Amino acid sequence: MATVSLNNLVKKYGNLEVVHSINLDVADREFIALVGPSGCGKSTSLRMIAGLEDITGGKIRIGDRVVNDLPPRQRNISMVFQSYALYPHMSVAENMGFSLKIAGRPQSEIDAAVAEAARTLSLEELLERRPSQLSGGQRQRVAMGRAIVRKPDVFLFDEPLSNLDAKLRMQMRTEIKKLHAQVQSTVIYVTHDQVEAMTLSDRIVIMRDGHIEQVGTPEEVFQRPATRFVAGFIGSPTMNLREAEIADGKMVFANGDALPIPPQFRDKVSAGGKVVFGIRPDDVFPAGHGIHSGDATDVHTVDVPVSITEPLGNETLVFAEFAGDDWIARMLNPKALHPGDRVDLSFDLSQAHLFSADTEKTLRS
Amino acid sequence: MRGWKPAPHVLLLLPAFIVLAAVVIVPLLLSLYSSFTPFRLTRPDSIYTFIGFRNYERLFSDWDFWVAFGRTVLLLTFALNLEMVLGLILALLVEKATRGQRILRTIMMFPMMFSPILVGFQFKFMFNDNIGVVNNALQSLGLTDQAIPWLIDGRLAFISILTAEIWSSTAVFAIFILAGLMAMPREPLEAAKVDGCTPWQSFRYVTWPFVMPFAYIAMTIRSLDIARAYDIVKIMTDGGPAGRTEILWTLIARTAYSDARMGLANAMSYIAILLSILFTVIFFRQLAKARQQIGAEW
Repeated sequence: MATVSLNNLVKKYGNLEVVHSINLDVADREFIALVGPSGCGKSTSLRMIAGLEDITGGKIRIGDRVVNDLPPRQRNISMVFQSYALYPHMSVAENMGFSLKIAGRPQSEIDAAVAEAARTLSLEELLERRPSQLSGGQRQRVAMGRAIVRKPDVFLFDEPLSNLDAKLRMQMRTEIKKLHAQVQSTVIYVTHDQVEAMTLSDRIVIMRDGHIEQVGTPEEVFQRPATRFVAGFIGSPTMNLREAEIADGKMVFANGDALPIPPQFRDKVSAGGKVVFGIRPDDVFPAGHGIHSGDATDVHTVDVPVSITEPLGNETLVFAEFAGDDWIARMLNPKALHPGDRVDLSFDLSQAHLFSADTEKTLRS
Repeated sequence: MRGWKPAPHVLLLLPAFIVLAAVVIVPLLLSLYSSFTPFRLTRPDSIYTFIGFRNYERLFSDWDFWVAFGRTVLLLTFALNLEMVLGLILALLVEKATRGQRILRTIMMFPMMFSPILVGFQFKFMFNDNIGVVNNALQSLGLTDQAIPWLIDGRLAFISILTAEIWSSTAVFAIFILAGLMAMPREPLEAAKVDGCTPWQSFRYVTWPFVMPFAYIAMTIRSLDIARAYDIVKIMTDGGPAGRTEILWTLIARTAYSDARMGLANAMSYIAILLSILFTVIFFRQLAKARQQIGAEW
């Protein structure tokens, strides 16, 4: 059993508090991603779990042990670092077998474990090489091999793919997912890349400024973002988010343009309330070039000018001006549009989000 | 001369060749030649008498020479090892300092700022059996009531010289190793912690292999230094008493200038140089190996 639980975890550097009393329970064999912008405390939290940073307050449990005061070597964890952190003077095989050698296991057992890991990661050909003779992707695989050889309770990944190019990153993403299916360990994975977090994990923890904003499955955080920040952070291109005021049963934007209140929020708002209206580019589209998911009556269409377009082949991102600002719309089956052209822009309001302008929390119950 | 025009690269390199020949190659060849003659400074004509390998033959059966040779190797071995251990400890301690590290680094280098001659005089005074502070301190602490003959007993004199040598030059090791420690990436150390290493194992398997090339550079420099050691010994004991601290270069200098037997002294020098070359080759090999091991890109 390797559950991990963080209880009111706090990290301070001097007087500067960087992690503010966070709580999180990771289930056995769960793949959980900590995601957020730089400086949100995700790596610090991971390093506290690893034992590489002191814990200022709160408790960390791995399994049923409180590990606060245990050195890393007694926590039975493995960690994959962003910079790979391979031992430059050891061969690939020595790198992978190092933890077992330190643990005093017999050479035959080490060889067997290394061979097995090498097979899993297709590293058999490279066992005698040194890290300096490997490419970035190979080094990353060795780092993962080093982690799995120990058969740890928990795998910790600290932005493992950030140093790879885009293509390799996709490949390695798939490999990590396969690996997790094979080794069946608990994984805590830190990344700033929401795509990695979405594709890999069972649950995502979105962090910001040392707080947890939301914990949920990829579907939950995408479809039901708990805060304005999560809404803006998850999804690409980012969600259109605009402040508005409720008046006459409508959402009125700063320049006086208005949209109907999304049906699911009608009884959540009152006149004079300040809200943040959010809608994904997928749910804004030139009429006839998108798919609305709800009732057709919830689709509201306005006639607006096009500012610019970004053709991507199978679709085009259209930046259209409405309410004094450019909104991103996704046009399927794209047709040629030019700046200045007018389009009928449809808003699928059944898919829209409303957040309180004060608390930035969702108005959805 | 018309029509003869050397290629530009020959022309450009010529001054360097001429200077090198004048200050290095000619003296070197001359001294090599003189080691095959019974050349005495007092009888200049003797340089024209060629005696073949007789000087070398004589040295091979010269007990005093080989004792001095052995003592030099011994001094080298002890000094290098002790300096490396002490330099390593010093570097590790200074690296741990989070504040005032710059000042510590500067202070660490102080001993290197003194001329070896002055270091020799200072330690000669400190180890003096009558008025030296070492005996004074030992007596005040009640550890002994005798005047220990630091510079007179052969073994003690060797230790005294070793102490002076180490005091003045441990900083060389400390500086190189410190540079290595500061250039070392943090992550492999953290990986080692996670992999289950105790602090000692982290040092043994990760830190040490990384700083080893730096230690070898220091070792190469210091081995050449000690192999030509002269000044500190000259001042502290002058090879005495009765040749009990004689090392290669004090012996060579005595043979050349006091006894005026330049031919023989030159033969000794050539054997001594072989020793230096040997150590340099050894350490450079080790350095190359260590560098390749850590996959260094310099």
